[in-house]
Amino acid sequence: MATSAAIEVVDLAVTPLRDLNQRLHDLAAGAGPRSWRVVNPSGAHNIACGLDADIEVVIEGHAGYYCAGMNKRATVRITGTAGQGVAENMMSGRVTVDGNASQAAGATAHGGLLHIRGDASSRCGISLKGASIVVEGSIGHMSAFMAQTGAIVVCGDAADALGDSMYETHIYVRGTVAGLGADCIVKELRDFHRAELAGLLEQAGITGVDVADFTRYGSARNLYTFKIDNTY
Amino acid sequence: MCGIVGLFAKSDAIADRLGEHLSRMLVQMNDRGPDSAGVAVYRDPAPDGAAKLTLQCEAAGYDWGAVAAGLKAVFGGDPMPQVRDHHAVLVVRAGAAAAQAWVREHHPDVRVMSAGRVIEIYKETGLPSDFAARHHLGDIRGSHALGHTRMATESKVTTLGSHPFSTGLDVCLVHNGSLSNHNALRRMLRREGIEFHTENDTEVAAGYLTWRLREGDSLHDALLQCLDDLDGFYTFAIGTADGFAVFRDPIACKPAVMAETDDWVAMSSEFRAIAVLPGAEDARIWEPAPATPYIWEGARV
Repeated sequence: MATSAAIEVVDLAVTPLRDLNQRLHDLAAGAGPRSWRVVNPSGAHNIACGLDADIEVVIEGHAGYYCAGMNKRATVRITGTAGQGVAENMMSGRVTVDGNASQAAGATAHGGLLHIRGDASSRCGISLKGASIVVEGSIGHMSAFMAQTGAIVVCGDAADALGDSMYETHIYVRGTVAGLGADCIVKELRDFHRAELAGLLEQAGITGVDVADFTRYGSARNLYTFKIDNTY
Repeated sequence: MCGIVGLFAKSDAIADRLGEHLSRMLVQMNDRGPDSAGVAVYRDPAPDGAAKLTLQCEAAGYDWGAVAAGLKAVFGGDPMPQVRDHHAVLVVRAGAAAAQAWVREHHPDVRVMSAGRVIEIYKETGLPSDFAARHHLGDIRGSHALGHTRMATESKVTTLGSHPFSTGLDVCLVHNGSLSNHNALRRMLRREGIEFHTENDTEVAAGYLTWRLREGDSLHDALLQCLDDLDGFYTFAIGTADGFAVFRDPIACKPAVMAETDDWVAMSSEFRAIAVLPGAEDARIWEPAPATPYIWEGARV
């Protein structure tokens, strides 16, 4: 039986994915290895979804759709690229992607940190509900669509229609923004935001980036749902 | 949902085993499209003055020798049928238009899947893994290839409704998505002299590209023109005599991933189809941007 210090290695070329996920789910109830390595992921979907334990899972290679979705408490790292919906609906914990992430990264995530070292594709942080997303590269079009709370930090550029129909998420972009979505505007970077941004960069372990280089984007609050006169 | 795969060989090692790689990629997309499957492979160019036809007939043990004998009697040469399951490839000493017209007139039970100098299209209903085995895709050598696994949404599950769709000589299209203005477009294109054989939306996109290319557009311009004229969702992969192209609609909700190494360029609906290629772990991997044509040319056919 493995000790708590040992690393449990699971080879997805041999072990069925459901077996891996079931073993990880069982950790929510009690004892077991706290450190896991998953090899040969080969783009499989739903790897390490629904975790609810203080464990560390390293996926060595490229993950498919919805990797680390609904994550709670766990720390998950993908050494390659991630398919669409990585860390979607995350509640807490931390998910790191060393490569690029496909579309809808961190969709509807409520809490925790999603850290993408490469680029994120379209609709990054769509309908974000409180999690923090830090992208070292650039993000694709329609990112932060209808994003509600939480923060998105982009060290590179943002493609078209950023923050369309968004609510109160804080968006910080260091590079250029190809275009703003409906009701998204540039907002003042106040001390509160500088502190929040510096904290997120620090959490992600990003150094040598000046907080003052970022522009904050947010909602102009002109859309239907923000108008008190529109209520019944 | 559908699955798309594409592979472009940059080295002889990949070209030598193109069909084997293609087959493994296609099987990875089984559950994205269990209704039917198809591939377009580019290989063995017909000599100058000759055309290569891929013909298909669902009747088992069809007498391809009789078709070849008929073609030989009219056009000369020696078109030896290369048979794969219900398909046969024949190289005819004639222009592609004349050869196709003869087949359609004299063998109305036979379908012309593709025509050109290098293209071969194989497609049929059934599970992609069965399709790959039945057609012995593994022994095909070639410069580049596209594949498709279909989960039908817009029209019937038939061989003719399967992808790839031939869009003119040596050009073909595969599609993941759905078009909502295909009936109006089909009527317009019929007036322009484009033929259609199904009620399928992708066939209309293929006919649209045929029309634009006929009118003198480059492939790049024809794809950009889709943004104005096609209403719907699409990730397209287009095969040409010497390469392939990838194009996504402006919303880009239909998936696509691309990868490149020194030996190959690949595209697919999902990374797991690329993961089976040699060196995939260290490939450069990215997602094609919306409304942007990606074109690879210069295949070593």
